[in-house]
Amino acid sequence: MAASRALAKVVRLGSHSIHRSRILKFNGLQRRGIAACIDPSLGLTDEQKEFQKVAFDFAANEMAPHMAEWDQKEIFPVDAMRKAAQLGFGGIYVNPDVGGSGLSRLDTSIIFEALSTGCVSTTAYISIHNMCAWMIDTFGNNEQREKYCPDLCSMQKLASYCLTEPGSGSDAASLLTSAKLQGDHYILNGSKAFISGGGDTDVYVVMCRTGGKGPKGISCLVVEKETLGLSFGKKEKKIGWNSQPTRAVIFEDCAVPVTNRLGAEGEGFNIAMKGLNGGRINIASCSLGAAHAAVLLARDYLCVRKQFGETLSNSQYLQFKLAEMATKLVASRLMVRQAALSLQEGRPDAVALCSMAKLFVTDECFSICNQALQMHGGYGYLKDYAVQQYLRDIRVHQILEGTNEVMRMIIARSLLAES
Amino acid sequence: MSARVLVGVKRVIDYAVKIRVKPDHTGVVTDGVKHSMNPFCEIAVEEAVKLKEKKLVKEVVAVSCGPQQAQGKEIDLQIISNKRMTVGFILQETIRTALAMGADRGIHVEVSGKDYETLGPLQVSKILAALAKKEEANLIILGKQAIDDDCNQTGQMTAALLDWPQGTFASEVTMDRDMLKVVREIDGGLETIKIKMPAVLTADLRLNTPRYATLPNIMKAKKKKITTVKPGDLGVDVSSRLEVLNVEEPPQRLAGVKVETVDDLVGKLKEAGKI
Repeated sequence: MAASRALAKVVRLGSHSIHRSRILKFNGLQRRGIAACIDPSLGLTDEQKEFQKVAFDFAANEMAPHMAEWDQKEIFPVDAMRKAAQLGFGGIYVNPDVGGSGLSRLDTSIIFEALSTGCVSTTAYISIHNMCAWMIDTFGNNEQREKYCPDLCSMQKLASYCLTEPGSGSDAASLLTSAKLQGDHYILNGSKAFISGGGDTDVYVVMCRTGGKGPKGISCLVVEKETLGLSFGKKEKKIGWNSQPTRAVIFEDCAVPVTNRLGAEGEGFNIAMKGLNGGRINIASCSLGAAHAAVLLARDYLCVRKQFGETLSNSQYLQFKLAEMATKLVASRLMVRQAALSLQEGRPDAVALCSMAKLFVTDECFSICNQALQMHGGYGYLKDYAVQQYLRDIRVHQILEGTNEVMRMIIARSLLAES
Repeated sequence: MSARVLVGVKRVIDYAVKIRVKPDHTGVVTDGVKHSMNPFCEIAVEEAVKLKEKKLVKEVVAVSCGPQQAQGKEIDLQIISNKRMTVGFILQETIRTALAMGADRGIHVEVSGKDYETLGPLQVSKILAALAKKEEANLIILGKQAIDDDCNQTGQMTAALLDWPQGTFASEVTMDRDMLKVVREIDGGLETIKIKMPAVLTADLRLNTPRYATLPNIMKAKKKKITTVKPGDLGVDVSSRLEVLNVEEPPQRLAGVKVETVDDLVGKLKEAGKI
């Protein structure tokens, strides 16, 4: 586990003491998350602490050392993700009878939060993959579950979630990709935009129109990569999330067997939204991990950088700023964990709470990372320092899985529905 | 092979934590500080589990010595966690980690308060020796040393008390019926010895790379048994023969001095009494 691997690295570097290396940029040791009041293991059960420990160790050893390279070279780290899947991270909240780990939403949030400190972009993709695996597990029939879930849980096959189209983002229910029934196949025509993993993944969970207009006409189909009529657009150039490829997914008379439909016709939108509730908690958890790492990086930088004859940590302004960052971090963490609890218990406020958590946490954590970058001064702007990657990677969390504006719509609707 | 392996695991301050000396200089600050399993103990557990997977040993038992107290204050904060709360003893976290890695059951030797603060290799080795007899173990695997006290004594003392052969600083272990071939890392290089079981091994860094516990194994570990036993039950006296007088931080590193010529350097070294 992390300790022996890290020790082995330190010993091979020569007889340097562990504390000597104050290398700011990529100190895997920092990622262990040691800072009393913002310790993410406070209040967890023993078992959850064990899960978290494995995730932190995996992030520090297998992801953090490669985070920058994956970003700069735009590498999709399938091997690292398969290693994660061997530990059970491929289908965290999927049923064990099809290869999942059967954990709760709260356990999942804790795990993604810890993994995210190693690489936000990769963890976010793993969470999308998990969401797809769960959708098939929950809404699929036994044949579909047994056909797809085991490979997805081991990450032998990777999945993508296809809802957004060039013409329908926030207005998801207005999607146009059509699926016309012909014998025992649906013929798909249309295109999806901004699909994470698109082109490099094997299983596509596609929301398409089998019926009339609006949400009730949408169904959910599982499309495999080798299907005729399925093609992909160019790989998009993004400012972050570079360790996962993003492409348009194009359907041209693409024939998909009716047996690949999850649930009944017209249930697709419902399935998509239910998947997104958990997805929103997962994305918020990824933001949390990045913010946590950023706070630790900022704190350590303040203790080292000297100006005006003393370390920055002596400046009251910066102390106050750090305190605000820590407070926002803990508040965000509580929101996400509460939302996760609500979802796993099936409480009536679950949907609104997940939306509130996503809205609040993605915004706050971005502001935390932004502030952390500012504290680094000019160095924060250099790609040699990790803080900028955290910032770039979590910026998109305020946009996808439902923009933060759509989150407000959901919350307002929940409040006004009673009157 | 019907061998039973006893693996000692110690709960120490996490290797990544910055150590601070207590203001009264009686020790280091441990309250509220992150703890985890000693890295060399992780390697020991991994080796034991590997032997079990090769079907060379029948059972792996993880042992740890420590206080009885439950996780006191942390229980209040568990309001927001899910209902599967278990009031665990702090020490048992370490044993559970060993169980999650593949050990079959755990033994928690209760040592609390002052006894725990002064617990050292002599006391632990007496406990391990007594347990080895009680559990009829054929093999004891320990980490070569703990990263908090760096004693590097427990394995050796345990072997002496039991009058068993020892293979310390092991970087490779092969078992053949009741013989163990151990490659040891010594100052001069690598030494290979052959010892007969029952024996004591201590794990060095390069013996193996400990596995990550998998999520399913962590959940299975919950169901594995941890029995509690007191040193008195084993007939062991844990009172310490040592008294810690003072604990200090290492002296601050002083600035160096630049010299112009080799003669200056030689002069300065002579002044400092180094040559």
